[in-house]
Amino acid sequence: MTNEYILMVIGMGLVTFIPRWAPFFFLSNRKLPEWLVEWLDLIPAAILSALLLPALITTGDPRRLMLMQPELLAAIPTFIFALKTRSLGGTVVVGMFMYWLSCKLF
Amino acid sequence: MSKLKTIIFDGVAAAWPICLGYIPIGLAFGVLAQKAGLGPLEIFFMSLLVFAGSSQFIAVSMLDCGAALTSIILTTFTVNLRHLLMSSALAVYFTKSSRKKLSLLAYGVTDESFAVNYSRLKTGKWDIERSLVLNHSANMIWIISTVAGGFGGQFIPAGAFGIDYALPAMFICLLVFQFNGRKYLFVAMLAGALAVLLSLALPGNMYVVMASMLAATCGTVLKRFFEKSSVKRKVNDQ
Repeated sequence: MTNEYILMVIGMGLVTFIPRWAPFFFLSNRKLPEWLVEWLDLIPAAILSALLLPALITTGDPRRLMLMQPELLAAIPTFIFALKTRSLGGTVVVGMFMYWLSCKLF
Repeated sequence: MSKLKTIIFDGVAAAWPICLGYIPIGLAFGVLAQKAGLGPLEIFFMSLLVFAGSSQFIAVSMLDCGAALTSIILTTFTVNLRHLLMSSALAVYFTKSSRKKLSLLAYGVTDESFAVNYSRLKTGKWDIERSLVLNHSANMIWIISTVAGGFGGQFIPAGAFGIDYALPAMFICLLVFQFNGRKYLFVAMLAGALAVLLSLALPGNMYVVMASMLAATCGTVLKRFFEKSSVKRKVNDQ
């Protein structure tokens, strides 16, 4: 391992750790203003959707819209299964199977 | 079962979809890193210190193109800035935890561990110890599979068993868990639409942070606005 590589990985580690750590340091164990609590309460729904939807309907780099792909096709029955059963493990297994099937179609 | 055993059991049991999803991604990363000239020890070191899938992929491809050290670090920072939002949402749930445990927890915050821990914390039957077990199980699998990939083995044939879809399927279900009221549904739909538009318009992955913050802000403002107007209406009715 070269010194430069070690330096790079330490730098990457620091800039990754600090944003992960700072909110725990500044926001945990204290009373927060109500608007901030309300805002933070909405963040997970927003972020999960913002991570998921582009993965389902866009592709490539730079990204372009792509509706006809196995990711989206498999998502539909997986979504319905999750709504009906609310089972995380079951959804993962069903999703994998649906994706495997969808890939055969494309 | 002793208390410690129960905690470890719960944490590992909740971590399995993440671990399953990390194996093919980790192997793929290891293979790519090896092609870029990194040895197993170098891969181990990066997975241990950084532990962030997408930025590791980007770093290795930048390394392969001979990018400068500072630009790789800067890119890593922007790619991982979204964890700031995730840790903030998690932080609200830890009201009596030591700084030491919180710092250890912060190390393991990824998209996946955040999503699972958050949905468990919201049920009230989850705590920092179980979250720590979950994060570190995922971390261990990530390190093992990236290093294994670095030895040159894909091990799992591409597309086998639909394993590449384990994480998207997990996210679909965890998103469904969030739909506990109209405001969450509204915010999720808005964030999704904004994320798609922004991801098409902008390079990189800043669209995640921008779309989430915009949608949550809209949701908060609208909620406050409607609450105010319904209070006014009640006052007028009397």
